[in-house]
Amino acid sequence: MSIRSEQLAVPIAGEHAWRARRPAVLFAAGFVALLVAVVLGVGLGTVAVAPGDTLAILGRRILALPLAQTWSVPAETIVMELRLPRVLEAMVVGLGLAVAGATFQSLLRNPLADPYVLGTASGAALGAAIAVVIPVRVLVLEFGLLHALAFAGALAAVWVVYRLSRTSPLAPLTSLLLTGYAIGSLLAAGLAMAMYLSGAGLRQIFGFLLGGLDGAAWLRLAVAAPLVLGASLAIMVRARVLNGFLLGEETAAHLGVDVRRERAILLALASLATAAAVALSGLIGFVGLVVPHLVRLAVGPNARLVLPLSALYGASLLVFADLVARLLGEIPVGVVTAVVGAPFFLAMLRRVRTGYEL
Amino acid sequence: MIDTSEVDSRQSDPRWSGGGRDSGASPAVEFGSVSAGYRGRDVVSDIDLSIGAEERVALIGPNGAGKSTLLRVLAGLLPPRTGEVRLLGQNVAELDRPAIARRLAVVPQLAALPFATRVEEVVALGRLPHEDALRGPREADRAAVAAAIDRVGLRPLVGRDARELSLGERQLVFLALAVAQQAPVLLLDEPTVHLDLGHQVQIMELLRDLNERDGTTILAVLHDLSLAAHFFPRLVLLDVGRIASDGPPAEVLAPHRVRSVFRVDPGLIRAPA
Repeated sequence: MSIRSEQLAVPIAGEHAWRARRPAVLFAAGFVALLVAVVLGVGLGTVAVAPGDTLAILGRRILALPLAQTWSVPAETIVMELRLPRVLEAMVVGLGLAVAGATFQSLLRNPLADPYVLGTASGAALGAAIAVVIPVRVLVLEFGLLHALAFAGALAAVWVVYRLSRTSPLAPLTSLLLTGYAIGSLLAAGLAMAMYLSGAGLRQIFGFLLGGLDGAAWLRLAVAAPLVLGASLAIMVRARVLNGFLLGEETAAHLGVDVRRERAILLALASLATAAAVALSGLIGFVGLVVPHLVRLAVGPNARLVLPLSALYGASLLVFADLVARLLGEIPVGVVTAVVGAPFFLAMLRRVRTGYEL
Repeated sequence: MIDTSEVDSRQSDPRWSGGGRDSGASPAVEFGSVSAGYRGRDVVSDIDLSIGAEERVALIGPNGAGKSTLLRVLAGLLPPRTGEVRLLGQNVAELDRPAIARRLAVVPQLAALPFATRVEEVVALGRLPHEDALRGPREADRAAVAAAIDRVGLRPLVGRDARELSLGERQLVFLALAVAQQAPVLLLDEPTVHLDLGHQVQIMELLRDLNERDGTTILAVLHDLSLAAHFFPRLVLLDVGRIASDGPPAEVLAPHRVRSVFRVDPGLIRAPA
């Protein structure tokens, strides 16, 4: 231990240079990964569209490039109406979950926190289950009752957790986490009841719980994406504040952070991003937990780097995961993120010598 | 936008440069009939205390005497029930958090870091009150961090995960964080607790140096009376929420007072002649 410390105390010059360049390299690699993910995600499937054609279709339809049409009309329909909205939805959801996860982890100073920690998941699930159980069907802007109740349920759960936690004599963060756990358990009971009553709708509820992007639609994306992206951007603007929370709320106050106000704002923004993401795709696990950790292991805890890099890698990861889910015959994408995420996370934790203090 | 000019102009502004020594200039810290506490119960009452710029004061007293409460009131975390606290001439109640943070640095309590964090990243947190919210740290911020690291002698620890350091080293890192904040007033709450003698003395010598060379006003809560007597020219003794004595160590640590306040044999404390 002490020998290693001595060695580390004199960092090699090359290591310093690499450390300084690392964020730029990671940003570049992230963009490349995202581009590859998009091209593969749009091109691959039961009907394969060649990467060149994929790029050309995207270039003509999105950037209005004057390209001669060398592809079939069905290929263009598949790309534009089925796969592109799905890929974009995966990007938006992955980005939102990763940014929200990074925010909750920093704010609650808890490495095990994820976007669902304060009741968003159980609230959304109960909302979705109720929508399945009650015999009412509405559709506004491609938003069904399921999406609406999932969104409202997630936000309502966090709101209740926040308000209840304020009445506790415990330290604010402890109180938030414990209240979140209690409310989550209560809502889970409601969810179990709804599932018991759901009959033929059970499969639909399970689909929501495991997450999936198969129902992607342009109009719904156009409504939900600004919420996710706007909330994520607003969080990134507050990176300085999030850094202040690193040494605890008291020190944050000493560093000039209006703790109570900023805590409420950041919780609201992260919950909004999560709720909108969940309304689109159901509960997709691991993205919001793993991606911020992997980014932190690479660049340290500075929120100025962690937030945008999490957004970038969260987006690419979910596009890849959804591609795998699709190619394996439409299995739930939450299964893929868990199967890919968990071992990857464990491997990274073992490889990195500065362990986590839990 | 954060205005850093008020810090850069410290030298020329009479408020910042030894104003306490000129008669008539406002002191760095001033408590006026302050009573404060929690849930309706006063922990400190009727505190009148004035600390001049460039002074170095140790706040001593038994557990529960109200020392940390007094620091919280000064830092604006606990509003006084009565009276007012002035920081560099301005009422703390009228300052917002960033304005307080540019006037007053508090050395953080030893806290577990949730994520791996390198020493220089911890020190850089001291620049948050000065940082531009959008653009992040600027050249002046990076220079202040480097200067604080050198000032506290942390160069050999740069690049290491702060969680792997010994308690003594970690306390030095937190002190450097507060130094990087470049506030004219520095508060510490038991900075030497859990530290070995070598690190205790190192911290004390750094505080003396920051005070005498840089003109930083220092107010530290200390439990070790010998350290306080040796390194601080002025002690303020707090007992059950009131100031029992205020003056040079030999006077404050007079045997009868040590016996009545701490209920111990005064022979255990070595006050300088």
